[in-house]
Amino acid sequence: MTHNNFWLKKIEISVSEAEKRTGRNAMNMQETYTAYLIETRSVEHTDGQSVLTDSLWRRYSEFELLRNYLLVYYPHIVVPPLPEKRAEFVWHKLSADNMDPDFVERRRIGLENFLLRIASHPILCRDKIFYLFLTQEGNWKETVNETGFQLKADSRLKALNATFRVKNPDKRFTDLKHYSDELQSVISHLLRVRARVADRLYGVYKVHGNYGRVFSEWSAIEKEMGDGLQSAGHHMDVYASSIDDILEDEEHYADQLKEYLFYAEALRAVCRKHELMQYDLEIAAQDLASKKQQCEELATGTVRTFSLKGMTTKLFGQETPEQREARIKVLEEQINEGEQQLKSKNLEGREFVKNAWADIERFKEQKNRDLKEALISYAVMQISMCKKGIQVWTNAKECFSKM
Amino acid sequence: MDMNSFSPMMPTSPLSMINQIKFEDEPDLKDLFITVDEPESHVTTIETFITYRIITKTSRGEFDSSEFEVRRRYQDFLWLKGKLEEAHPTLIIPPLPEKFMVKGMVERFNDDFIETRRKALHKFLNRIADHPTLTFNEDFKIFLTAQAWELSSHKKQGPGLLSRMGQTVRAVASSMRGVKNRPEEFMEMNNFIELFSQKINLIDKISQRIYKEEREYFDEMKEYGPIHILWSASEEDLVDILKDVASCIDRCCKATEKRMSGLAEALLPVVHEYVLYSEMLMGVMRRRDQIQAELDSKVEALTYKKADADLLPEEIGKLEDKVECANNALKADWERWKQNMQNDIKLAFTDMAEENIHYYEQCLATWESFLTSQTNLHLEEASEDKP
Repeated sequence: MTHNNFWLKKIEISVSEAEKRTGRNAMNMQETYTAYLIETRSVEHTDGQSVLTDSLWRRYSEFELLRNYLLVYYPHIVVPPLPEKRAEFVWHKLSADNMDPDFVERRRIGLENFLLRIASHPILCRDKIFYLFLTQEGNWKETVNETGFQLKADSRLKALNATFRVKNPDKRFTDLKHYSDELQSVISHLLRVRARVADRLYGVYKVHGNYGRVFSEWSAIEKEMGDGLQSAGHHMDVYASSIDDILEDEEHYADQLKEYLFYAEALRAVCRKHELMQYDLEIAAQDLASKKQQCEELATGTVRTFSLKGMTTKLFGQETPEQREARIKVLEEQINEGEQQLKSKNLEGREFVKNAWADIERFKEQKNRDLKEALISYAVMQISMCKKGIQVWTNAKECFSKM
Repeated sequence: MDMNSFSPMMPTSPLSMINQIKFEDEPDLKDLFITVDEPESHVTTIETFITYRIITKTSRGEFDSSEFEVRRRYQDFLWLKGKLEEAHPTLIIPPLPEKFMVKGMVERFNDDFIETRRKALHKFLNRIADHPTLTFNEDFKIFLTAQAWELSSHKKQGPGLLSRMGQTVRAVASSMRGVKNRPEEFMEMNNFIELFSQKINLIDKISQRIYKEEREYFDEMKEYGPIHILWSASEEDLVDILKDVASCIDRCCKATEKRMSGLAEALLPVVHEYVLYSEMLMGVMRRRDQIQAELDSKVEALTYKKADADLLPEEIGKLEDKVECANNALKADWERWKQNMQNDIKLAFTDMAEENIHYYEQCLATWESFLTSQTNLHLEEASEDKP
């Protein structure tokens, strides 16, 4: 996968290795973690040869930091998800241990995929922090934190509040939210059933392996049948062991689906941002309207809206015309400011919707392509499994018929 | 071809018995056809039981008619087996299906159990019909032809319960005396039987387990396809491909169901029958040993001049004949049994392999046609994009 921005030439990114490390964590306790080697190569236009330009080690938490930064600075973008932190949807043979080599391997691939997705995104690939992630090993964490992105992040509480109270969100985002909920629910369900099917399939294959042992023992007492039994038994062993590779391949398919499971959350993040902005806008508009009303009331002398000043006036006596003038002036200033703010908020909101929707359309195309490809690769896997099955059983049948 | 080309008289030499193996499996020369079907439930005040209809078609002269229809219950089969064992202690009598289901059934007479039993009983009678010696057994003929009341009265004529018990006691006693004088070939036979019994039991367990695993796989697969349909409801652009995947999965699901039932038909009953056969064989060995033990004890008595030394030589002579007869009968039947066993096992496993091949071929065809249609679709779309 290539793109060119900070780099003058096309680049290739790969997460090529994973290594177990021990170190001391923030609380000075010893911990074990896995570090991943990221290699960046630039590709010469003319001869297609690639030259290693950068190589550094990163751990999972740094990837998380990168993603959190991107979420804050590009709220209108559907930010690619990270591979899962802990193994989920495991079937019995699959390990749920983070240190398990198969899990580490699948995570390495997932992290590489994450970086490639960012590198191929027309907007995200231009980000400086992303560039530094790939090129600056030391001090990168500090650089990210210096951007102060954590402060810019919207609080969860604020976001939740907005979701419940927003009155007129763009319908497309509401629909998108429903879609992402459905996507998450159906893919989870599918992954769960797939894991159970894998478990059962494993059982069917492995039990046949028991035939191998017994046939071999039985062949010892049979004169005519002996050879046939023995070789048939061997084929049963082959059959039983073939399931390991088959299911490992299927795990990659499951990972492809999982990526879109996690994308659902990324979609929801964009929707939440829209709701937040929309809610902000609505509050600002409401505020402005109420101030205008107050102003009007002060000017005309009618009191319809509740105000603290009005209250205190009632309690402590009427205010002087000078006082009233002063208040009107303040309000007029605030109204002016408010109108400016509302205008810019409106603009911001519309910009956001436009940009977000553009990225969502891009995302939809990508999703359709990727899922189609994944389903086709699933069919290819099934075909390969069937061909292997036919071969083994044909061999076994030959042995049986020679008995 | 003359249907009665071999003599209906009981062949006494092992050689003629072995020759008959060749004729056995040729349907043209079969002159006794038996079917077991139509299980029916009977309820009386004391009990509930099932009877099976047995239809016999024959061209044999010693049968009064060419077609018979009777109803028999499991007890009657047990009686027949007992009589055959009594008459031919060292022949390998076909096994009967078990009295009860091993795995503790809730309902004694569920459909699967009855059907499995019916098939096994059918096999039992046909195996007897195919046996060169047993096929001419008188009790067998009565079993196939007598009306219910005739059978009851015939049953009462046999040696009483007490004498049968006496036989059992003697059998146990003499088997405990040991098999020190067992001839070499029967030692070999016994070793084979022991090992065979172990192995066939294991194979039985493995085969049952495979069936169970395939069933559970099938159960999970049933859920798998529909999820893709569910998914297609929220994806406009992926509706077709998801529906296609769902239908492929469903087709593979059906194929797996077929494979399962193929296993249940072809492999499981055969393997299980041989499990029962292995128990039967151990019984045959015991009876042979018992007959020999009788002889050995008399010889011992003669050696140590116990009891009536005058009568012993005559008795011993008779027993020696008896032993020789028993041994020869067993030897011949053993060869025949081994031959059958090899054929049956070979066929059963070949069928199982065939079922699996067929299953994978079906699934392969399903997914390949899916892939082809996707490729065609892709090509169509590509050519549409071109101006």
